[in-house]
Parts: sequence; C-alpha cells; structure tokens
Amino acid sequence: MTPIKAVNDFVVKFANVNGSGSASANGMFAKSILRMGVPVAARNIFPSNIQGLPTWYEVRINEQSYLGRRGGVDLMVAMNPQTWDADVASIEPGGYLFYDSTKPLPPAKFRQDIQIIGLPLTAICNAAYTDPRQRQLFKNIIYVGAIAHLIGIEAEVLETLVREEFGSKPKLIQSNLDALELGRNAAAEAYQPIGLKLRRSDKVGDRIYVEGNSAAALGAVYGGATVCAWYPITPSTSLAEAFTAHCQDLRVDPTTGEAKFAVVQAEDEIASIGIVVGAGWNGARAFTCTSGPGISLMQEFVGLSYFAEIPAVIFDVQRGGPSTGMPTRTQQSDILSAAYASHGDTKHPLLFPEDPTECFEFGALAFDLADRLQTTIFVMLDLDIGMNEWLCRPFHWDDSRGLDRGKVMTYEELEAGKDFGRYLDVDGDGIAYRTLPGVHPSRGAYFTRGTSRDPYARYSEEGPVYVANMRRLLDKFESAKALIPAPVIRPAKRRTPHGVIYFGSTTPAMHESLDALDARGIQLDALRVRGFPFSDEVMAFIEAHETVFVVEQNRDAQLRTLVMVEGGVDPAKLVSVLGYDGSPITARFITDEISQRLVGHANNPVPQVAE
Amino acid sequence: MTYITKPRLHHPLLAPNSLGFTRRDYEGKVSTLCAGCGHDSISAAVIQACFELDLPPHRLAKLSGIGCSSKTPDYFLGASHGFNSVHGRMPSVLTGANLANRELIYLGVSGDGDSASIGLGQFAHSIRRGVNMTYIVENNGVYGLTKGQFSATSDPGSKSKRGVVNHDQSIDLVGLALQLGATFVGRSFSGDKAQLVPLIKAALSHKGAAFIDVLSPCVQFNNHVGSTKSFDYVREHNAAMNRLDFIEPREEITVDYRPGEVELVTQHDGSVLKLRKLAADYDPTDRLSAMGHLQIHQARGEIVTGLLYVDPDAEDLHDHLATVQKPLNQLTDAELIPGSAALAGINDSLR
Repeated sequence: MTPIKAVNDFVVKFANVNGSGSASANGMFAKSILRMGVPVAARNIFPSNIQGLPTWYEVRINEQSYLGRRGGVDLMVAMNPQTWDADVASIEPGGYLFYDSTKPLPPAKFRQDIQIIGLPLTAICNAAYTDPRQRQLFKNIIYVGAIAHLIGIEAEVLETLVREEFGSKPKLIQSNLDALELGRNAAAEAYQPIGLKLRRSDKVGDRIYVEGNSAAALGAVYGGATVCAWYPITPSTSLAEAFTAHCQDLRVDPTTGEAKFAVVQAEDEIASIGIVVGAGWNGARAFTCTSGPGISLMQEFVGLSYFAEIPAVIFDVQRGGPSTGMPTRTQQSDILSAAYASHGDTKHPLLFPEDPTECFEFGALAFDLADRLQTTIFVMLDLDIGMNEWLCRPFHWDDSRGLDRGKVMTYEELEAGKDFGRYLDVDGDGIAYRTLPGVHPSRGAYFTRGTSRDPYARYSEEGPVYVANMRRLLDKFESAKALIPAPVIRPAKRRTPHGVIYFGSTTPAMHESLDALDARGIQLDALRVRGFPFSDEVMAFIEAHETVFVVEQNRDAQLRTLVMVEGGVDPAKLVSVLGYDGSPITARFITDEISQRLVGHANNPVPQVAE
Repeated sequence: MTYITKPRLHHPLLAPNSLGFTRRDYEGKVSTLCAGCGHDSISAAVIQACFELDLPPHRLAKLSGIGCSSKTPDYFLGASHGFNSVHGRMPSVLTGANLANRELIYLGVSGDGDSASIGLGQFAHSIRRGVNMTYIVENNGVYGLTKGQFSATSDPGSKSKRGVVNHDQSIDLVGLALQLGATFVGRSFSGDKAQLVPLIKAALSHKGAAFIDVLSPCVQFNNHVGSTKSFDYVREHNAAMNRLDFIEPREEITVDYRPGEVELVTQHDGSVLKLRKLAADYDPTDRLSAMGHLQIHQARGEIVTGLLYVDPDAEDLHDHLATVQKPLNQLTDAELIPGSAALAGINDSLR
C-alpha cells in the first residue's frame, strides 16, 4: 500500500484519555496550523466523564476551507490503549499510525497497510521528569513536537503559541519549549517527515477561531442582555460561563466596580426560564441557555411567554436525545419540541446559526426579535457549533445600530392620553403595545396572566374574545416571517429539478458535499434555512423543484415535518438525509446518500439532467 | 366570572394619605373569592398597609402563582402592575422582575399549595438568595380551587371536610424560612388585622427576603371541627410573641412602656420596629433562639405568631451581584453595547 501523500489536506485524530491534559496540547497543534495560514476544523469527541474515559480530538486540515467532518483518519495519534483496536482500524489505507512504543506490542496489534511511527514517549518522559503529573502533561507536548517534525509545523509558530499561552507564567514557557524540542529531536532522529505535509499558505485570511457558545454569549452582550439565569447542563454550560466572562470584561464599571448585568445560577431550568420571564416582563433583556432536557422542563413557561406575550431568549445547545440520550454528542433533535413548545396551540420563532459568526449575529438579533415580537425566541445551536472552535468570519458590529426595544408605551404617551390596550392590535401586525411596571402613577398598569383576557387585559372566558386573541397571535407569527433572517440560496451551476435544504452545523459538510456531487455530475440547488417561521422564499424554493432533499441531524426528520406541516408540502417531495449517530454529519455521508437516491448507488456518476 | 366595574364613588370624608390618595386608591377589582374568605381580609390588610405607608401604588409590583391566594393581587392595588404567573413559580418570576428593576417594591403572594408543594423549591431558593421582596403565603391548609384536597401544610391528624384524616407531616414554612436565611420572618392570622397590617408594613420596608405566613381559613373547605386551620382553632391556639408598631422614618418615636417590655429595631430605610414583648424570653433579632422558641411552642400545639425574626442590616441579591444602582431595564444602548472597537480587539484575540 502506497503511503498517503497530501499537502494541506488531511485528517489528524488524537485518541486520548479524558483528564490526561491532552486538550491544551491538541488545541495548540490545531492553532499552529492556522497560524501557518492553513484552515483547520477541530472537533472534540468526549464522553460524559471527567477522568478516565476515552476522548478524541479530530483535526481536519483543508486549504479549500472544507471545514465539516470529512470522515476517515490519515494520521492517528493513538495515545489510549483502551481504544487502540478501533482507532487503528479507523485509519485510511496508506495512512499513518503514531504511537508510544515504550511498551512493545505484538505484530497482530498493527495493520500491514498503514505506516507505523513509534516513539518511546513514556521512556522519554521518565528520563526527563521525576514528577508523575509532569510526566503525564509533558508527554502531550512531546508528541506535538514530534508530529511537528513529521508533518512540517514551523518551530517558531509553536514557540510563539507557547509564549502567548503561558505569558503570565514564565517558568512554564521554558519547560514547554523544552518538551517540544525533546519531541521534535526524538522524531527527527528516527524518522523522515511523512507524506502528509503542511505548507505555509494564506487561506485563513482575517477569519477568527472561536467556539459557538462563546460567540453566542458575546452576541447576547451586544444584544443588550442584562439578565442571565441558567442551570448547568452539557453542552450549554460554557455559554453562561462565557457570558459571565464577557460581561466581566465589558460590562463592569471601571471606577465603581458595579456590574451592568446579573447572572443567576438557578436551582433548575424551570426557575431559570421563570427568572427570564420575570425580567422580560419588567423590561430587561434576559436569556437562559440549556439543552434538550431543559427545553422539556421549560415548556410551561414558554407557553406563558407565548400567551402573556413576554420577551424571552433561549439558547438551546442541542445534544443527542431522547432522555439523557448522548449528553456529550451532537444532534439537531429539538426542532419540534422548541417550535411547538408547551401545551395548547403555540409556536415560536427559531434561529439556526450555521457557525459561531452567526451565533454572535443571531445571539444579538434574538433580543431585538424578542422585544419586537414579545415572545420567546429560540437560538438553536448544537454541541458541534457550541463546544468546538470553528474558523469563521470575524465578528462585525455597526456602531449606528441601536437596540430595537419594540412597542413599549412611554410615560409621555400615557400622559398624553394615548389609548393603552395591552392586547389591542393597533397597527394591524398582531403586535400590541406593552407598558413596564412603574411607568406612570395612574395609567398603563395592567394585570398579566396566562388566562384568557380581552384586548384591555381584562379577564374573560368568552369564546369570541379568546378566539380573536388566538387569531391575533397567528397574525403576529405571520409578522415574524419578515423579521427572521432570510434563507441563503446557493444555486447549482445548471438548471436542475433537484434541491436540498439544510441548516445549522450541517453547513460546512453540505457545501463540501455539493462540490463533490457536482464533480459526479449531480446538480442541486441548495437552500440554507436560517429561521422559523419559514419565509415565502423557502416555500417557493420547494415549489420550484421536483425533489427536495432535507439534510438534518436527527432520526425523525424534524425540520422536514415542520416544513410539511407549516407549508402544506407534499411529503413525497421531501426526501430525508439523516445523520444522527452523535458525531457531526460528514460530507461523504451526505454525498453518498444523495447519490444513492438519485442514481441508485453511491459512486457512479449520474446522467446529466437536461437543461 | 365576569369583570365588574367598581363604582368610583366613595365617602366624602375618606381621609387621604400624604400623597393625597385615599384607601380606595389602593383597592383593585371586586374579589371573586367566596364570601368570608380569609384571603380577602389579607387583601384588605395589604391595602391598609400600603395606604398607611404612603406608597405610590405604581411603584409596587405584585406577583403571584396559581390558586385562590394567587388570584388576590387582582383585588388590591389596581394601579400597580400585576403578574399572575405559573403554579409554584412566582418566586422565580419575582426574582427576574427584581433583577430588572431594583427600584420597585416587590410583593409576592402565594398559597400553601403554591409554595409548600409544587413551589417548595422556588420558595426555598428565592429566600436563600435574599431577593428583596415581601413574600406572603395565604395559608389555609387546603386546595380550594380544586375543592378541598389536603395541602402540605395540613397538620397530621387534622380532618378534611369529607372526614378523611391527614397522616402526612406538615411543612412549616416559617421554620423553613428561618433555616433558609430569610431576614424577616413573621406569622399572622387573617382575622387579626391589628397584628397583620404592621407586619406587612414592616416587611414592605425591609431590605431583603421578608416572609410572612398568614393563616387564612378557607370558609368553604377547611373551617370545620377537626381542622387545625379553622377560624376557631387558630384563635384558640394563637400564641403571639409580640405586638408590632411600625414607625415610619419621619415619625417621632414615643416609648410608652416600661423598659424591658419594648424593643426598638431600626431597619435599613430608617423605619423603626417597636416591639412590645408578649413572651418574656423572646428575642426576634436572634435567629437561633427564634428557631428554638418556635419548635418548643409548636410542640405544645401553639401557633406562634408575630414578628419572629428580623435582621435589620440584611443584604439582598443585588448586593451579592454588585449590580449598578441604576435599574438594569433603564441602561442605555451606550451603557450596554461595547461597540465595534471592543469587537475588533476581541477578533484579534481569536486569531
């Protein structure tokens, strides 16, 4: 088997033991490649565990910026004996296995069709360090140094990263530099650089490298959020923690030390959304962040927010369900439970960011939408976007942009005698004016309740009064269509009867797949849905095609169901492509699925479609 | 139920308070509760307390959960914003409202079903967080709106109207509030307005989590022989620890009792709590002794009432979070949005 040769286009996977300190070394590896101007996508695949279970870090290096998961591994850094067999089996034929050769392994543990690179890492560490924790931590840095030699990471780049990382702890700078050197020298003595090569490029541009949770939290800061109430749950915890950190940097008065924000770690998800609803009712921009189980717990309050019309924002960082499901794996499986959350007739706007940049943008936008529409807005992240660092467009903010606080009647308007009916549709858009508690000594007070009431907020169980209000809420939902970010359409090179709809973290894999399908002669017009309710453009796109694939990361084709139900679309027209094993969907998977449906099997080119 | 407009007419000699408001200005809609319900007396006490405190009605926000008691905020302070929220979840909604605007006064009204059963967790956590609020539980030991089931504050051995005996232990919200760190704890009886009104006034003036358990008999489902929450039973077993006179900051303090009979406690806002001692060994500023006292008297079958504990120098959630004095819901765009220059720096740090 010929060894794989590739420049700036390969996959390196690190197999580690959770809690062994590998994360920072692996992160440094990925970042060093970015600093050489070569795009990377790195994904943590981790267990629901703090110490001892297997964890992987998969780095895709791709000069064309295909940043979805590709599938397959070209270089496996196998540091975990527990998962050795499966890790070795996952290497592409002709690929490379890097391992700790301190303890000899029988030949049966290896494959004939791959390149084996062994270095006695444990022995090197034992010789260099006496402290057991140092032996473990520096082993990670040593393998980074060794791989740097094998694939050609510039020594200066790694050195700069070490200096940045440990800037405040000078003692650690030298010891880490020494460990890198130790690894690099050991590898250079025994091996030539391998067929996988890095070459300095300029394809990263001005892009940033950031986690979606941190980006969404920053969006919340820019969106004017002042109250965050939350309950710890993977994979959303780091969003609340990032909001706290961003606020400490950006929202603390430098002279008084006073905080222009309030973060409460609540006793559960119900209290979290309750605090958000209370704050929203009282005019503060408030959010919670959670995952599927939290969405289940929040249902009653979401219905109250819908019916009593109170602004709220929920960031749902989706994970594998149902029940506890796969708490550290990714899925897009809360679409329906968010869209129709709560008892009775309800529906809620959803936003689907494709990457951390859109997490920032939608994170800020969600608060304007919540105030404008006086309802709960869901921002639907997932573990892949939320907890992995993505290479994406830099954040942008237009300083002329103000916060849209929606229809809030002021003291002056009340004083001037403007008619106030809390649930009175004065503009024909289904959106009524609200007042904030304390606004006026004698006008504008009303009683908020989840029970039926008339346009002036007076209790009523009269059928026609109830129906009129429920219809107005539908009018309001219709008004939401114009405010939700429009879909992004990517037309095929030639006219085609086939379309594909996708959303969220599927985006990079989908774009790569579209190129691969094009190479096979399969043309697809593509539409990325960015929010719910669906705009007319989404329905027109479906109308304009004979077959529309809907690619999503759940079992039950939830977005397809939503499109069918809300758009009255013929189910036969919408063909599902579903990846839901908990790992991010890959371009290879999408390409094969669509190829099979269109030509019967995966790898044969399809006859060209008539112009 | 229908919406009834109350006539605006009132007695021409009705005295105004210093704001020029009469008691009628603190009323709300006509109550839809049963005739004789204890809850209506509590609403009247709230009205009286706010009138006497000269509170501008719109500076108070009233929040409740679900149940008979939670309906009552509609029946007082019609010029205040009110929020009848979710069963058992008033504390979280109030917490959020309080975070949004620290300048308003927050009155939470709940019941024993709402706070001792479904909402026990939120009751506990809002108190341990020190949310600046007055939290009143209108405690009748029974589910009224669903027609007479036992609640978690029903005493073991007490009998329902249908003759069923309760065997479960009761939850004592006063004992819990003390243990959870409430900085103002009182218990009273809907039938004793002279005791209840000053307690509410003191709680509304208190900074921190103020809790008042008000025994409020349910005339329909829990006012029979064999109930421990009936008017007769509560009257017979009421053991008041003190009598409270609430003295507003600007008022002159006159001490007309012998030394040792009266204790003066000055609160954060300058108001003074003048406590006439009824139980000689009771010190309402000592949490530990209050807890012990409560246990001993309750073991004797007494219903301990009065101002049971107060920490006049309490902190609240905003102190713990170090939030700005200006209400969060009034911060301007400039105060909230860090702007593009800060963002450029953040972008740089992510490369």
